[in-house]
Amino acid sequence: MSMLSGGPHPALPQRGREIDGGLRGDALVRELERANLLGRGGAGFPVARKWRTVKANGNGRAVVLANGAEGEPLSRKDRTLMVERPHLVIDGALLAADAVRASDIIFYVGNEHRAAVSAMRRALAERHERAAQRARLVEAPAGYISGEESAAVHYINAGDARPTVTPPRPFERGIDGRPTLVQNVESLAAAALHASGALNGTALFTTSGAVRRSGVYELPPDVAPEAVVDLAGGLAKDVQAVLIGGYFGSWASAEEVWSLTLDSNSLRARGLTLGCGVLYFLPADSCGVDATARIMSYLAGQSARQCGPCVFGLGAIATATRRLAERAPQAEDLARLARWSGLLAGRGACKHPDGATGLLRSALEVFADDFVAHQQRRCITRRALPDHSRVLAEAVA
Amino acid sequence: MAEQVAIDRIRCDGHGICAELLPEMISLDDWGYPIIKPSPIPLRLIEHAQRAVEACPVLALRMTRVSKAA
Repeated sequence: MSMLSGGPHPALPQRGREIDGGLRGDALVRELERANLLGRGGAGFPVARKWRTVKANGNGRAVVLANGAEGEPLSRKDRTLMVERPHLVIDGALLAADAVRASDIIFYVGNEHRAAVSAMRRALAERHERAAQRARLVEAPAGYISGEESAAVHYINAGDARPTVTPPRPFERGIDGRPTLVQNVESLAAAALHASGALNGTALFTTSGAVRRSGVYELPPDVAPEAVVDLAGGLAKDVQAVLIGGYFGSWASAEEVWSLTLDSNSLRARGLTLGCGVLYFLPADSCGVDATARIMSYLAGQSARQCGPCVFGLGAIATATRRLAERAPQAEDLARLARWSGLLAGRGACKHPDGATGLLRSALEVFADDFVAHQQRRCITRRALPDHSRVLAEAVA
Repeated sequence: MAEQVAIDRIRCDGHGICAELLPEMISLDDWGYPIIKPSPIPLRLIEHAQRAVEACPVLALRMTRVSKAA
């Protein structure tokens, strides 16, 4: 059985429990460990280890928080899964609650994903298990960091979707002070399929950019990126580079991408991450500096504005990258970016500065020639200069 | 037991007093926010570290036991 029944197109929603019988409790945790199921929210933490920790900390009063906030701009897989297979997500949450001996389940669903919110509400109303009837659905506010685990817990506890200082981490002290398992909805669905012995290790990918059909695709592990491109109808344009893993992921050059297999371990060995399964194919005629500037501006704007290094550091990075993209840099902008990209990691309450500067470092490497050209007010990708007024202004000056 | 300087990044407002009192362990970035050496505080600096902790106007600084988990 797969996660999305109808491939990229919605199948008829199921009316009730999808997983009957199969592994439960510690036996399921052992199976998840054997299969080395890694979290699909972005960080890729081993699922079995998290479940064990929450169970050990929880003393029978843990909480399961099924995370479907999906604030990642290029990701669609969580909302697609919740719309197409809400019962599978619920099955996974029930199995998790049983395995970690949680007494409460909360489904945390992005409030912009209206179809996912209604699908999950409808599916919950169709369930008769006691734990499902007790479960709550909380709509997550829009924004990149609403889904960060301490922010999710903070929102549910206090209505404030900003990260909190850790420790304590949610698995130690979360909802109402109780140990809380925060687990991405795809991870829960995958766990449910593992319980039934039905999952062959597939994962969900969201592809966009130079492919003919952007969308969410389910693929077995270890596939080559070509397989994703094939499912997405092939390439509409040549590809220059690929953003792998979302805005906290990395750019990889086209040459490198075609030699990869898309599984966590081999990606990690190359310094890349599967993250939340985003694959954005940057067309050969798009400027990597410009694409990176857009991402850095977005991420700087999504800072919770609590920690100085994030507010000012990401702000400065976004501004300098924007000046470079516009071919109007200050003399030291590229050198500053190189320095700042190594200066912010580990210096926020959450990993927002770490993720953003990780992406920037990959950009400085993959688009090294482009950045140098932009520092010299040229663009090697877009030969036709779109902004004639500035060129004229500079020529006159 | 070895100790480390830890900082509450949300409380920290970048006053920079800590870097003045404990320059061996703390420097400031381009925006005036502390960068802390990840190593344990040497014994000879423990008193200075304690003073830096007490001098922080927003109580963002503290000393923690070095643990492997962290």
